[in-house]
Amino acid sequence: MLAKDLMTFTWRALTTSRLRSVLVVGAAAIGVAAVVILTALGEGARQYILGEFSSLGSELLIVLPGKTEKGGGPPGMIFETERDLTIEDTVALHRLPHIKAVSPLSVGAIDMSFGAHSRAAMLLGSDASLLETRNLKMGRGSFLPSLDLNKAKPVVVIGTTLAHDLFGNASPIGQWVRLGDRRFRVIGELAEQGTSLGQNLDEAAIVPVASAQALFNNPALFRILIKVDNRSRLHKVEASVRRVLTQLHQGIEDFTLITQDAVLSTFDQIFKVLTLSVGGIAAISLLVAGIIIMNVMLVSVSQRREEIGLLMAIGAPPALILRLFLLESLLIGVFGAIVGSLVGRFGVWVIAKIYPSFPVATPLWAYLAAASTALGAGMLFGWLPARRAAQLDPVRALTGR
Amino acid sequence: MTEGAREAMIQLEKLSRIYPVGDTEVHALENITLAISAGEYISLMGPSGSGKSTLLNMLGLLDRPTQGIYRLEGRDTQGLDELERARLRRERIGFVFQAFHLLPRLTAFENAALPMMLAGTPAGKRRALVTEALAAVGLSDRAHHLPNQLSGGQRQRVAIARAIVMRPALLLADEPTGNLDSRSGSEVIQLLETLNQSGITLIIVTHDPDIGSRAQRRIVLHDGRIVEDRVA
Ligand SMILES: Nc1ncnc2c1ncn2[C@@H]1O[C@H](COP(=O)(O)OP(=O)(O)OP(=O)(O)O)[C@@H](O)[C@H]1O
Ligand SMILES: [Mg+2]
Repeated sequence: MLAKDLMTFTWRALTTSRLRSVLVVGAAAIGVAAVVILTALGEGARQYILGEFSSLGSELLIVLPGKTEKGGGPPGMIFETERDLTIEDTVALHRLPHIKAVSPLSVGAIDMSFGAHSRAAMLLGSDASLLETRNLKMGRGSFLPSLDLNKAKPVVVIGTTLAHDLFGNASPIGQWVRLGDRRFRVIGELAEQGTSLGQNLDEAAIVPVASAQALFNNPALFRILIKVDNRSRLHKVEASVRRVLTQLHQGIEDFTLITQDAVLSTFDQIFKVLTLSVGGIAAISLLVAGIIIMNVMLVSVSQRREEIGLLMAIGAPPALILRLFLLESLLIGVFGAIVGSLVGRFGVWVIAKIYPSFPVATPLWAYLAAASTALGAGMLFGWLPARRAAQLDPVRALTGR
Repeated sequence: MTEGAREAMIQLEKLSRIYPVGDTEVHALENITLAISAGEYISLMGPSGSGKSTLLNMLGLLDRPTQGIYRLEGRDTQGLDELERARLRRERIGFVFQAFHLLPRLTAFENAALPMMLAGTPAGKRRALVTEALAAVGLSDRAHHLPNQLSGGQRQRVAIARAIVMRPALLLADEPTGNLDSRSGSEVIQLLETLNQSGITLIIVTHDPDIGSRAQRRIVLHDGRIVEDRVA
């Protein structure tokens, strides 16, 4: 039988029992759509987290005070005290090779006022290098000047939200504001930054680190951010940072080093597993669809016994009967895959409309996996009914026995 | 083996068909020995359950004998696999059934074209031959009607067109007039006889003595055995 004739014959059989075909294609489509939508959600969650962290840049090394992991140093040392991170540490790190920028960072909450307007702000103490380490963009004015780290200067750079709250649409540049009990001159406004590393920089006020330490009356740093000149040297630099700081801290590793890559790969892993498992759960609905296809095809075979007997009597070998019925369930799978992908796409589009900030996107592999599972289910679960048709005894099929 | 026997189109030797039914056996055909030459016109009669349909299905390669030998055009059919049997059914044998067995979703033309479609004949060549077959059964003007838009007699003629479209050597009709009124029944018989006159071997199973007596050779079955085999 010619391929074209096989196709038209099967197509006619499917379109003759239209309701049956629509229902069974619908069942397969629901399975495919479920896979597409659920993996889109999982993948969206993954990309959301990745987006949060990748704004840091993969050349970044972060030093935190305190040891969060076990190991290192002899156990049970009673007099082990935790040293703070200091400006001295920052200066020492500057001397290491392959380093592009080192930023000290102290963080705290503070009241900020301009005239009668007052509001709480997040105060960041750092230096000119923060522009580089945090990938900041300036809106207007300039960023902090390069200064000796121990030198205070009453200048501040503010985030857009903060600027808008205090100055409305007017330019804040050159204005004097009050931070805590001191006066600072606004020299720059950041462009809109959004949230990264859990800090909303649009609500931040950035001052020289010595000024922040004076305001907080605390010399301890919250973080030291290090940007290496080349991503490939990250691990080398990490090792030398560890060595230098441990030396400065009297041989005790009382700090923690994290890299964006380490954080990202952990999240990445978690969300990949999550996506795979929701996708897997959705695949169960494909399995159900497969079983529905099988049942429908079994019914179809028993309803069309007369037709099968006739085809055999006029010269169709069992192998051809098998092929005809397999093609029929395969076509159901194909249409299920097409319709399901479209419905899934539509569902993803609707979710994107409702939650515009959440990046839903079905990965290509999910479409491929869902579609090929639908086809596979059509073939696999179509096999048994098709074989049953091919094994019919033509005489009995024709006489309805 | 005689010269004449070797020339026979169909040769049955001590052929039996036994159905196991529960603990017992039904001997639908018992020790049938029979030779049929090309071009013969044979009627097959006998009471209900005597084995007429079983014999016809055997000749049409739809069934296999329990014992005995069936030679078709000199070939022992014993050793043929399903593919070869299907090919012989397609190319050498035409079936006409009491219940027509047309596919309701296909037009008269498409029903008649089915064997050629199964054979893989390209659509262009198919069209010419199917048109010819429909003309031979007098249904050229009904080619694009569905079976439920045709009368019983017309349906049976579509089935005959389907049976002859591959130009088989052997035409097997199992009570072809069983579902028809006498007028369309006799039209169908006349059509089959015309086909026989053009050379096709024709075997008709019937309960109607009037139809049976028209054949040149009459075979009567009883309990799976040939009790009468007479050339008029
Ligand atoms: N599949 C089967 N299983 C068991 N017995 C069968 C089967 N098919 C036919 N038989 C038996 O074989 C015998 C011959 O049946 P067959 O159909 O050939 O009779 P028939 O002469 O065509 O009868 P009718 O005139 O009623 O069509 C009957 O006794 C029937 O019951
Ligand atoms: Mg019968």
